[in-house]
Amino acid sequence: MLKIENLHASINGKEILKGVNLTIRDGEIHAIMGTNGAGKSTLSNVIVGNPMYEVTQGKITFNGHNLLDMKPDERANMGIFMSFQQPVEIPGVSMTNFMRAAVNARYKAQGREQLSAGDFLKLMREKRKIVELDTKLTSRSVNEGFSGGEKKRNEIFQMAMLEPEFCILDETDSGLDVDALRIVAEGFNKLRKPDTSAMVITHYVRLLDYLKPDVVSVMIDGRIVKTGDASLAEKIEKTGFDWIKEEVGL
Amino acid sequence: MNGTRQYTDFFNDVRDTLYARSCDVMNAQREMALARFESLGFPTRKTERYKYTDAGLDFEPDYGIALSTLTDELPKYCHRICNAPIDVTPYYNSIADRNDAVVCLNTMLSVDTLLVYIPRNTRPEHPIQISNILKGDNDTMVNRRLLVVMEEGAEADIIITDHAVNDSRFLTNQVIEAFASENSHLNIYEIEETHLLCTRYSNVYIHESRNASVRHTSLSLFNGHTRNTCNVQLASEGSEVNLNGCVIADKMQRVDNNTRIEHLVPHCTSNELYKYVLDDSATGAFAGIVYVSEGAQKTSSAMTNANLCATDSARMYTQPMLEIYADDVKCSHGSTVGQLGEDALFYMMQRGIGIDEARLLLKSAFITEVVETIPLEPLRDRLHFQVDKRLRGELSKCEGCKLCK
Ligand SMILES: Nc1ncnc2c1ncn2[C@@H]1O[C@H](COP(=O)(O)OP(=O)(O)OP(=O)(O)O)[C@@H](O)[C@H]1O
Ligand SMILES: [Mg+2]
Repeated sequence: MLKIENLHASINGKEILKGVNLTIRDGEIHAIMGTNGAGKSTLSNVIVGNPMYEVTQGKITFNGHNLLDMKPDERANMGIFMSFQQPVEIPGVSMTNFMRAAVNARYKAQGREQLSAGDFLKLMREKRKIVELDTKLTSRSVNEGFSGGEKKRNEIFQMAMLEPEFCILDETDSGLDVDALRIVAEGFNKLRKPDTSAMVITHYVRLLDYLKPDVVSVMIDGRIVKTGDASLAEKIEKTGFDWIKEEVGL
Repeated sequence: MNGTRQYTDFFNDVRDTLYARSCDVMNAQREMALARFESLGFPTRKTERYKYTDAGLDFEPDYGIALSTLTDELPKYCHRICNAPIDVTPYYNSIADRNDAVVCLNTMLSVDTLLVYIPRNTRPEHPIQISNILKGDNDTMVNRRLLVVMEEGAEADIIITDHAVNDSRFLTNQVIEAFASENSHLNIYEIEETHLLCTRYSNVYIHESRNASVRHTSLSLFNGHTRNTCNVQLASEGSEVNLNGCVIADKMQRVDNNTRIEHLVPHCTSNELYKYVLDDSATGAFAGIVYVSEGAQKTSSAMTNANLCATDSARMYTQPMLEIYADDVKCSHGSTVGQLGEDALFYMMQRGIGIDEARLLLKSAFITEVVETIPLEPLRDRLHFQVDKRLRGELSKCEGCKLCK
């Protein structure tokens, strides 16, 4: 599904990604762990085309398409979704108008007929239930005044609306209370189709216990330095990153 | 004098016609207006209130000047000034600024005045709509005049719209004087949807008595060059005014709003909210002054001008001012000029929304606040729709006309 080769990227002239290689197969749940500032969010943002970051070298292919040539909305409409580590507040733009524009764009890209106003609202109701998102929230402006946890829940609600093929969850678990984490994780599992892939960035195994990653990779200082199975996450939670750093000579 | 000559010559040529077609109350002011106009000359950019608009330049082209009168058949509450049911002498040209040459020019050349008169404790069932339709194959200047007299306890909504049918050049010079007596409530909505070759000068004067409230909302949705002033005297305790404005401009459009609110007595309230969305090479200006005279204690006043420049070539000049001579007052003023939020744009694009649609959603979110202040629901809904259409570039004048291509 996704193949990243020797990716270098910088922000404000400072190199953050220093040669990332990563492959995520169809249906694979790929967890990424790593130290603060390692470049995990940077990698996510580069995949979805955030113009703040400059790609200086390397290649990303998504289902055979060269992602780096595409605009952020084109990438999104091919089925790439990112749950932001810090979702943006957009005062004055209602959740409804925002979601309608997004769903319309996605349907258009898929060659599907646009939803009627009634069907759209029905879809909103249905999907809201999956992540138990309060009605009050969907009637407000996008993320405006949402609590940290509510914002994260709202991200997964949007994912539910857009039915992506590839999801990036950038610390979706942070800010969620124990119950909310379960609801969101179970919601994600419910929404997931067999060939849906995900890149799950987290610092804790709790989320991974729900999502059952096939692969766990470790990112340190702008590179993927180690890859293993779910047990790697357990080990990191218990013992930290020092042993990996030593292993790779960082 | 700079460009005044063509107007004074014209006046002298048509003096007899003017006097014959008009009526005493208007004619009584003409010679004085002529003298003032000649001695003042068109304001230059050195004139404080014309800092952002070059009137001399706007009045320079050779326009044919319309000298038509209103029809006698007018809807209820509307009258030609010559058929006024009340003595209008105390009102006509009494609060309009005699030191403004553009206003004097209007007083000199206006043939007729539309009087909206709402008697004591009366409330018309429907809003009064005044549509100004500019029409003609030749470049035309129009001087129009509106007088609003609200008696005690009267209430009214007046909707004034400006349209242009032909692609000719039009110059509108409008003066409105409105008097809100004790406990009266007046809402004036002005909506401009003209075209790129239209120039509009509008000078509005409002006088409020005890416990009166007036709301003036100005929406510049499509235009060429526009300069609006709104001047309010809160002359008796308990009166309140709300001045709101919304400007959407792109291409080479210019909109200049200039307001002056005078708190002359204690316990009055004023609120102002003007928002601009500027794109392409549009120019916007807002200059507002709140004047609180000595002794006008317990004045409450808030002025906000917020602007969005969507391109680097769009220009906004903003100048909110307070002039306060009383010590126990609550006054605030502020202005901001911002760009479209990059983070918000990217967030929307990550959800598949194209850049144009994303920009539109942000602009619309920004400007909607002004439309939301409109209490008249059908108008509010209509304007939400119009604003959205405008931001999409689909306002009628933009669709087919040769000018906007
Ligand atoms: N706008 C910016 N200007 C300069 N440096 C930046 C900017 N944004 C991020 N960085 C730096 O890039 C590096 C990588 O940041 P990134 O957010 O990708 O890390 P991360 O792995 O997601 O960390 P965390 O686990 O804390 O979320 C950090 O050192 C950060 O300070
Ligand atoms: Mg991060």
